[in-house]
Amino acid sequence: MTEATPGQTVGPFFHHALAYPGDAELVPFGSAGSVVLHGHVYDGEGTPVPDAMIEIRQADASGVVPAVGGSLRRRGAGFTGWGRCCTDSSGHYWFSTVEPGLPFFAVTVFARGLLDRLFTRIYLPGAEGARDGLVASREDDGRLRFDIHLQGPSETPFFTFPRM
Amino acid sequence: MTTSQHEISDEIAKIQADSPTGAPLLDFPPYRSTLLRHPTKELQLVDPEGAELLAPVFGHSDVAPVESDLTIQRGGEPIGERIRVHGRVLDGDGRPVRRQLVEIWQANAAGRYSHQGDQHPAPLDPFFTGVGRCLTDDHGWYSFTSIKPGPYPWRNHHNAWRPAHIHFSLFGTDFTQRLITQMYFPGDQLLALDPIAQSITDPAARARLIASYDHSQSEHEWLLGYRWDIVLTGSHATYLEPSDD
Repeated sequence: MTEATPGQTVGPFFHHALAYPGDAELVPFGSAGSVVLHGHVYDGEGTPVPDAMIEIRQADASGVVPAVGGSLRRRGAGFTGWGRCCTDSSGHYWFSTVEPGLPFFAVTVFARGLLDRLFTRIYLPGAEGARDGLVASREDDGRLRFDIHLQGPSETPFFTFPRM
Repeated sequence: MTTSQHEISDEIAKIQADSPTGAPLLDFPPYRSTLLRHPTKELQLVDPEGAELLAPVFGHSDVAPVESDLTIQRGGEPIGERIRVHGRVLDGDGRPVRRQLVEIWQANAAGRYSHQGDQHPAPLDPFFTGVGRCLTDDHGWYSFTSIKPGPYPWRNHHNAWRPAHIHFSLFGTDFTQRLITQMYFPGDQLLALDPIAQSITDPAARARLIASYDHSQSEHEWLLGYRWDIVLTGSHATYLEPSDD
């Protein structure tokens, strides 16, 4: 196996390169069948992280993981199953999407001060076989909420995968 | 902010003497901002499932060819050394990552980002955004035309300077291959002083972030060429046969 190229922090100056119009809307906000997945990113003292970026990858509502292009332009591409959101000044991220037909959203986390990306999952409420600490909560208005703690007593479980 | 470069370099040397690692240490105090932003629990080893098995797909509807040339985006010539950076994106078995998105961003020749958060008192270049995108070709090749970025100061410690670098954002065929990293230039004296680069404590792994000068890509009276290949491990795909290209 060839040796991996190491990662490096996304740094502080990524927004103008990586954010783009509609990046967090896998389906249009408020459209029929859509759901909002949102939360905050916190550091080890519970301070919001305003310079993080979250990406999600997911199946469509029927459980198929789409392999179609168009996530950057979003024009008539249909559901591509991928989105990106830079946290705002209060460390908040949100996606407008559909509830996946498979039990979790696959998630990557990047931030200034974080030297390599982190992988995790966000499970749907009530999902069978959900891993501890990775289940979204359902808010009264129907939104899914999941906070990401990079460190601290509520630290989010993060993953490594085989062959990395 | 009274810590000196000497103290930072001492801290780095002590950590590196322990155990060299190929991936950056997330808990790396010489880079001060890691302090509250690194997980303290061990990463859980997980078998990828579902959406983790398949990277997002991007196509020509997503990226215009002109986006790979950072010198022609603003209707005028940016100032600086014109360069081309090219190379291949491969998986851990040496197979090309085909038709996949590569995004880059960088400072201008004076070491200033076109980003509202960058307060370094160096000039902005009205003809340079420092942002580019392309898709790899059928053999995994990418290529960008740009301007060599300048080093710039940051506030990690007293007289701290980042070596010149280009940020790269990469996707493989599997979601688990996702990578964001930085490419450095050969011969940069700031690399040894830089806590971000030095967080990769294995020198051989660190060297994999340094491009090589590639005279075959330099163009007569026009630009200088650099070559940088990228390997994205973490694919679950079964190894079948050596790639034919």
